[in-house]
Amino acid sequence: MNKKNELVRSIAVPVISVLAGLLLGAIIMLVFQYNPVEGYGAMIEGAFGRAYNVGEVVRLATPLILTGLGFSVAYTAGFFNIGLAGQALCGWIASIWLAMTFPDLPKALLVPLCIIAGTLAGALWAGIAGFFRAQFGTSEVIVTIMLNYTILYISNHIVRYVLTDNADATPKISPNASLRSDFLTQLSGGSRLNGGIFLALLMIVLVWVLMKRTTAGFELRSVGLNPLASEYAGMNAKKNIILAMVISGALAGMGGVVEGLGTFENLYVLSAAPEIGFDGLAVSLLGGGNPIGILLSSLLFGVLKIGGLKMPSVGVPKEIVEIVIASIIFFVGINYAIRYIMDKFAAKKMTGKGEA
Amino acid sequence: MGESQYVIEMENITKAFGNFKANDNINLRVKKGEIHALLGENGAGKSTLMNILSGLLEPTSGTIRINGKEEKISSPTVANRLGIGMVHQHFMLIDNFTIAENIILGSEPTNGVAIDNKQAYQDILAVSEKYGFKVEPGELVGNISVGMQQRVEILKTLYRGADLLIFDEPTAVLTPQEIDELIVIMKELVAEGKSIIIITHKLDEIKAVADRCTIIRRGKSIDTVNVADVSQQELADLMVGRSVSFKTPKGPSHPTKPVLKIKDLVVKENRGLNAVNGLNLEVRAGEVVGIAGIDGNGQSELLQAITGMRKVESGTVEINGKDMTGQRPRTITENSVGHVPEDRHRFGLVLPMTLAENIALQTYYKEPLSKHGILDYKMINSHARELIEEFDVRTTNELVPASALSGGNQQKAIIAREIDRDPDLLIVAQPTRGLDVGAIEYIHKRLIEQRDSGKGVLCVSFELDEILNVSDRIAVMFEGQVVGIVDPKETNEQELGLLMAGVPLERARAEVAQVKEGAVSHE
Ligand SMILES: Nc1ncnc2c1ncn2[C@@H]1O[C@H](COP(=O)(O)OP(=O)(O)OP(=O)(O)O)[C@@H](O)[C@H]1O
Ligand SMILES: [Mg+2]
Repeated sequence: MNKKNELVRSIAVPVISVLAGLLLGAIIMLVFQYNPVEGYGAMIEGAFGRAYNVGEVVRLATPLILTGLGFSVAYTAGFFNIGLAGQALCGWIASIWLAMTFPDLPKALLVPLCIIAGTLAGALWAGIAGFFRAQFGTSEVIVTIMLNYTILYISNHIVRYVLTDNADATPKISPNASLRSDFLTQLSGGSRLNGGIFLALLMIVLVWVLMKRTTAGFELRSVGLNPLASEYAGMNAKKNIILAMVISGALAGMGGVVEGLGTFENLYVLSAAPEIGFDGLAVSLLGGGNPIGILLSSLLFGVLKIGGLKMPSVGVPKEIVEIVIASIIFFVGINYAIRYIMDKFAAKKMTGKGEA
Repeated sequence: MGESQYVIEMENITKAFGNFKANDNINLRVKKGEIHALLGENGAGKSTLMNILSGLLEPTSGTIRINGKEEKISSPTVANRLGIGMVHQHFMLIDNFTIAENIILGSEPTNGVAIDNKQAYQDILAVSEKYGFKVEPGELVGNISVGMQQRVEILKTLYRGADLLIFDEPTAVLTPQEIDELIVIMKELVAEGKSIIIITHKLDEIKAVADRCTIIRRGKSIDTVNVADVSQQELADLMVGRSVSFKTPKGPSHPTKPVLKIKDLVVKENRGLNAVNGLNLEVRAGEVVGIAGIDGNGQSELLQAITGMRKVESGTVEINGKDMTGQRPRTITENSVGHVPEDRHRFGLVLPMTLAENIALQTYYKEPLSKHGILDYKMINSHARELIEEFDVRTTNELVPASALSGGNQQKAIIAREIDRDPDLLIVAQPTRGLDVGAIEYIHKRLIEQRDSGKGVLCVSFELDEILNVSDRIAVMFEGQVVGIVDPKETNEQELGLLMAGVPLERARAEVAQVKEGAVSHE
């Protein structure tokens, strides 16, 4: 019964957070004299109206699933990987670079190679922070933030002076390297939906198995929950710090690969590290670090962001959408408060029953 | 009806966790100005009952009357308002706050806008002087001893105006001297009109401080007795429901080859001073070596160094004939070493993980609990069920988080895990801290069994009767060295006490003999 309660709670808390966020969004629309019913109506239509919209929702969710999983792996082991964005960018660069270097390799070879390259690049970039943390106790938060900036400028340099001759974007990659497929494109009415979604779904399963069913996952969980007891039990703290960061970065790198080979099919000069980094963090927190939760909250982000594109058509500026998303994240951030209120409520109800 | 003579009346209190009743129709009445002891086996439901009284848990059913008036204690704040304060076994203090800041936390006196520190200092000094114990309000909590931290907890409850103080196993973490001081403080408190409920497994403490004692067995209140009318043996038998023996029967030991050889070991403590200072010690297969010593003479650092959790500055540690100096914990464990750490929450358990996972904590990476890096949860859980059964760990099932177990049952789970691996060298620190007398009897029996099957056991304990009971040889530690090795059959608590204080063996013997003679000649 305790378990069931816990389950109900782990579902109810994000649902309440989302509803509260939507409510706050509605209030803000009212305050600025927009009609929230019309606004949210447009959002729903924008997200589900046609196959194209649904395809775009899933397309946007795909890299978030990967970065979200990445965040959760590090978080479980007790590390705060703020560098998902930079690691994703690393993966993006590596995959595009490889795709442009060997444009004529057969698709069955080139796509997996590009995915592997991007994954390794992300893993390596995160591994730097892991190494510093393990070896010198340097805060992974600070190191990964700095690495985000480093890779942003490296990336822009590579676009301008290595992959192109002073252009702002690389040319499109060859179809042999693309994650898109005619089948998915047609199915989703010409959206940018791509094979990355299968990669993301596979990773959901693999990450779950890794964390819940393997000895490596056992160690990561244990180290995250009680580092001293883990050391007592013979687990190698340094190894686990690096492993957690490397896996986290690998998943973020895959997220970047999906952006590169699936969504944009090129690399361009960026003004900030990719959004999928911080969105992945939010998605992971909203999903309670649970793979299925991450899947659902990624899709929710997709619905909000893609659906939100339609809201200006009824006069609601797209800033409002940003506010709605921000307020949901806010309510997730304070979810312990929601938990607390629910606990109080549950306790009252239980004593009530006892007296009956 | 006039004033009730009871401060607390808890009637038919039931608390269910799922379909397990931790408290089952418990009745408890505490008189004004008395010290009331709660006695019960590990997992009997004592902490649960007190958590209900202090507002941390809500009962499933039952009524509570405070000074004759029915009350609903829905939160610790309400408990506070009703004059109930609890001193938890695991202190809830903030290390980098001062004593004063910790005490006023949550009820800060203000001078309009800012916290009035001067006022706080004065109030705290006034309260502490009234009850005759000293604290230094400006000191950081992180820098004070466990005994002092406990005083801060007591002051915190007094500062908030508590009339009833609840102590949950207050002496488990204290040294014998600190225990004596605590007893004085408690007597002072009741003299000032406070009432006290104390949970303890130590029967001599109940005899020493308590007026009455309520016995709880498996969630039910069995009886309330006047402490003066019963013996320790009667109390123990009432609690367990059978006859308990305090002394573990054991035959002579047959030690063979050494399993642990420590030579000239030097280990530093956190501040960089030598905690272990050129120590030599040997434990042979087939014997129990007890380490007696006052807390802080290097015992913790010694065990940490042996088990690979603290750096060895110089000297050697040889286990099972192999040099293990400075090896990693896993390497040492794999060399057939079991270790029951002294701090079970910090080192022994990963509290949020399941009991089964905690029982697998040392062996999860090996067959049969996992294969090729994949965990076999069927095996992990069934293995846990076997140990739970064998070691009588009281729990609803093996899938609850370790944090849901009572303190004593957590300890039993750790001991089960370590003994089950049947190590050639078993190192146990404070093995029976927080255990009830029945469980202590059982654990001592298991330690002797390990010895009789040809294993070496190293036991560190602050309980001298425990050391005298289980050891074949007693090594006395003082200032980081073994200052003497004595035979438990030829020594006693007085002599050990002197040795532990650094008195050389011959002088200690002479002094004890003199005291005895003195006692005789007085008659
Ligand atoms: N949150 C919980 N969920 C499930 N079971 C629980 C929970 N809290 C306590 N229990 C169970 O209730 C029983 C009573 O626990 P309690 O902590 O009150 O024992 P105790 O008498 O204080 O024992 P000890 O002397 O070992 O401290 C135990 O069997 C424990 O496993
Ligand atoms: Mg308890």
